[in-house]
Amino acid sequence: MSADPKLKARLGIALIGVALAVLPFAVGATFGNSWVRIVDFALLYVMLALGLNIVVGFAGLLDLGYIAFYAVGAYLYALLSSPHLATAFPALFAVAPGWPVWAVLPLGALVAGLFGVMLGAPTLKLRGDYLAIVTLGFGEIIRIFLNNLNAPANITNGPQGINNIAAAQIGGHALNRPLELFGVMVPGVHLQYYFFLALTLLVVFVCVRLQDSRLGRAWVAIREDEVAARACGINTRNVKLLAFGLGATFGGVAGGLFAGFQGFVSPESFGLLESVMVLCMVVLGGMGHIPGVILGAVLLALLPEALRWGAVPVQQSLFGKVLIDPESLRLLLFGIALVVVMRWRPAGLWPSALRKRELAAHGEAA
Amino acid sequence: MDILIQQIINGLVLGSIYALVALGYTMVYGILGLINFAHGEVVMIGALSALTAIGLLVPSGLPGPVVVLAGLLIAIPVCMAVGFTIERIAYRPLRNAPRLAPLITAIGVSIVLQQLAMMGWGRNYHTFPALLSVTAHKVGGAAITDLQIIIVLTAALLMAALVWLVTRTRLGRAMRASAENPAVARLMGVDVDRVISFTFVLGSGLAAVAGVMVAANYSIAHYAMGFMLGLKAFTAAVLGGIGNLGGAMLGGLLLGIIESLAAGYIGDLTGGFLGSHYKDVFAFFVLILVLVFRPSGLMGEKVAERA
Amino acid sequence: MTPITSSRPLTALVALSACLLAACGQKDDAAAPAAADAAATVTIRLGHVAPLTGPQAHLGKDNENGARLAIDDLNAEKLLIGGKVAKFELLGEDDQADPRQGTTVAQKLADAHVNAVIGHLNSGTTIPASRIYHDAGIVQVSPSATNPTYTRQGYKTAFRVFADDVQQGSVLGGFAVTKLGAKKIAIIDDRTAYGQGLADEFDKAAKAAGATIVTREYTTDKETDFAAILTKVKSTRPDLVFYGGMDTQAGPMARQLRTLNIGAPMLFGDGACTVEFHKLAGEGADGHYCSLPGVPLDQMAGGSAFRDRYKAKYNADIQLYAPYAYDAVRVVAEAMKQAGSVDTAKFLPALAALNYPGLTAQIQFDEKGDIRDGAITLYQAKGGAWSALETLGGKAPN
Repeated sequence: MSADPKLKARLGIALIGVALAVLPFAVGATFGNSWVRIVDFALLYVMLALGLNIVVGFAGLLDLGYIAFYAVGAYLYALLSSPHLATAFPALFAVAPGWPVWAVLPLGALVAGLFGVMLGAPTLKLRGDYLAIVTLGFGEIIRIFLNNLNAPANITNGPQGINNIAAAQIGGHALNRPLELFGVMVPGVHLQYYFFLALTLLVVFVCVRLQDSRLGRAWVAIREDEVAARACGINTRNVKLLAFGLGATFGGVAGGLFAGFQGFVSPESFGLLESVMVLCMVVLGGMGHIPGVILGAVLLALLPEALRWGAVPVQQSLFGKVLIDPESLRLLLFGIALVVVMRWRPAGLWPSALRKRELAAHGEAA
Repeated sequence: MDILIQQIINGLVLGSIYALVALGYTMVYGILGLINFAHGEVVMIGALSALTAIGLLVPSGLPGPVVVLAGLLIAIPVCMAVGFTIERIAYRPLRNAPRLAPLITAIGVSIVLQQLAMMGWGRNYHTFPALLSVTAHKVGGAAITDLQIIIVLTAALLMAALVWLVTRTRLGRAMRASAENPAVARLMGVDVDRVISFTFVLGSGLAAVAGVMVAANYSIAHYAMGFMLGLKAFTAAVLGGIGNLGGAMLGGLLLGIIESLAAGYIGDLTGGFLGSHYKDVFAFFVLILVLVFRPSGLMGEKVAERA
Repeated sequence: MTPITSSRPLTALVALSACLLAACGQKDDAAAPAAADAAATVTIRLGHVAPLTGPQAHLGKDNENGARLAIDDLNAEKLLIGGKVAKFELLGEDDQADPRQGTTVAQKLADAHVNAVIGHLNSGTTIPASRIYHDAGIVQVSPSATNPTYTRQGYKTAFRVFADDVQQGSVLGGFAVTKLGAKKIAIIDDRTAYGQGLADEFDKAAKAAGATIVTREYTTDKETDFAAILTKVKSTRPDLVFYGGMDTQAGPMARQLRTLNIGAPMLFGDGACTVEFHKLAGEGADGHYCSLPGVPLDQMAGGSAFRDRYKAKYNADIQLYAPYAYDAVRVVAEAMKQAGSVDTAKFLPALAALNYPGLTAQIQFDEKGDIRDGAITLYQAKGGAWSALETLGGKAPN
């Protein structure tokens, strides 16, 4: 209490920084590398959720097809870093394209952003749930094209997916191979973690800056009252398109990282349920509130995995035997968690102070 | 020519099923402004509970149609109970919550129902016993079965009954009033909570009918069958103008016919470049086109943005 | 476990998983020295991965049941590996047929240092997971993934006890044209990696044998209504309709084919060669054809006994790949027995050189890890069951 609040804040940031830095080693040593892998995926989901948060949380536009941008980023990375194009079009590609990651990721962001604007343009007039179904349709259209563009020209290799995607290389070292640093073997999943973490922090930074910018305030204005926003001189069309475009870029980056991490992409990874999952992260965490969204993404990425590990031992210790098989229980509890959290914290687990106030006022009025 | 007639019949049958499911979506949406994502799962529960009942009744040796009817009569109250419970437990506490909260709850409910069904009915696909006549009648070179005729007629009949209920009865007036403005409706003596409960119960009853028809027509039922069906029906409801009963019917039939014609002719129309695998793309494309020109669907009223 | 509602859910979650995992870890640590002390037993842990939730859960559970039956048999036989009594354990995992979950689970099994992995069910999860198993030096035997790519990545650890799409597609194409005399063939597939892969190989083989493909139509693995595409198929008047996909679509499709008065028979790959197909197709089942890698179960030693034991234990019919999952476990155990070791480095060469009379076929692997000269049997639906027509290729069972 007596301590200087600034100092406290700095100390807090330093502590979080140290915690994030040692996290993979701590997790890897206690729980095994599969948990580091799960944490890696959680970081990807944080990026996705923050991207969707721009569209849904800041600008208030319900998007059920967000995963399409993730798919665009992933397939772009896959095409530019795998032998697929060289096999499919030997006349055009004498050697397999092997673009460096620092070129592919920005390109993926750009292309995904363009797709975002493409989706935004015809939907500007739509509101609420009509927008939801159109974005859902857009997501499905992208997935169907990815699934079927193996003929007449084999662009995406159809349902078979694209294999042998090279992992991201930094300083000549492929991130899926272990690296010896100061006599310590750092496994590939750890390296991926640091790479993902750096990009996640960048995304967080961009989000925070956007939120406090003119554009950020314009989004909130549109979310609260579009007509009034237009009356205040906000170019609602451009501002909405920017929300779709910028939100999509994050998805594109995360998609590229996913492709390099997995080494394999196929259309089944980009179904509607993934879009729904990311939306759940945003809403459950606290729409429009960056720390809340991060919390939501981390929680929902970890919860099913924790249940996968915990379902059997917990039942055994409680009842002495396995009553419900762990797979059913895992999804069942996940569903119940969604219902329960929304029941008791309808604004999300960690909503922004502003939204909390609004909700309280709304509740009194009703 | 008979191929075209056949495709339109195919579309009508499929569309009637979509329409029946879409009615449930649109009723709930009309009154609460909520996309009840769990509606497809209620359809699935209807199909599976009817199937269980039918499985128990088949050895009794009763005639096929009687058995199916009995199964239906058991599925309807089961679904109504499920719908009532969902509304009470999951949706009612969220009446004043931010707009997206009930959507997430609906997704949660959908997952829970699916898992419970998987635990109850198992992972295997269930077969609907051949109790109804599937002999095909010839209509100008095209084939249609008795069952398919029953499906189209039932959908039309239920639709007409619903319109009558909503426009001509006291209850219907209460429903419309609650949809228009719950606070004022309450002041006028409408028990809004009861009206909403009733809407869910009615919508779930329709879902049971739809579930039995789907299972009978395709002779298959499975715990994961509700999702795709729900999605298609939701699309149909939006196409017609969500919240509007006539719109749900029109949207359902249109979507069925569009899919059918797209699957049949998209290859010829694009010179073989696109095939029947793009039928959903085509359907969504039509949806987007319709919404660009009529942002609230074909029959939706022009409404101001909800607060 | 209670759903998380506290204001600090992350803390609760982490604490919970921490205590759970610590508990698991201790158990493992305790088990290892005990095994060493006893000296007479050796514990072999096999991972098994398949979708246990989602639309393919019934097949996933079937695979796991098959593998479990093998584990039970092996433990009852008290197999000796390097002079010690082998005790087999199965770690059953769910990948939901999702590639991301597939790699997560693969990493989990790699961390657990399992001795080998049986799975996965789908090619879409098997391929990305195979990289992780290869890097961790774990042998993987898939009982059902049919995509040729799986064994063509140069991984010595990847095996399969099932014919791939190329093998099966070419047999089916030849059978359609030469034996069934089909000249005009319509092809439908479900746009999954399996259905599309098989349909493309069939397409090639049928054309090579001189048939014309009159139309190619598509559906999905979630669809139940095929009236529109079948009407299109009808307009092309084919002699035969090939469908690449699973029984859950093939059954209703066969039924709707009859409703639409299409007289042409259908031909399916292994995905529809199931007991379930007859239930789903009802009266529309008779006269259609399908193929299944291996020799008919009833012709193999212990085949019909396996069917009965499966039924007795799980109170259900074999869905599809359970016998192959059984074989996958058995070949791994046999290789360990011959090598006298449960270390990958020791038993991998033994597995690669194995010649083992399995339940489904005489199993020998080629240099890629695919089954050598895999036999493929063709069946026709008659009176509610598949009756074997002929077995092509492969060696006669010993």
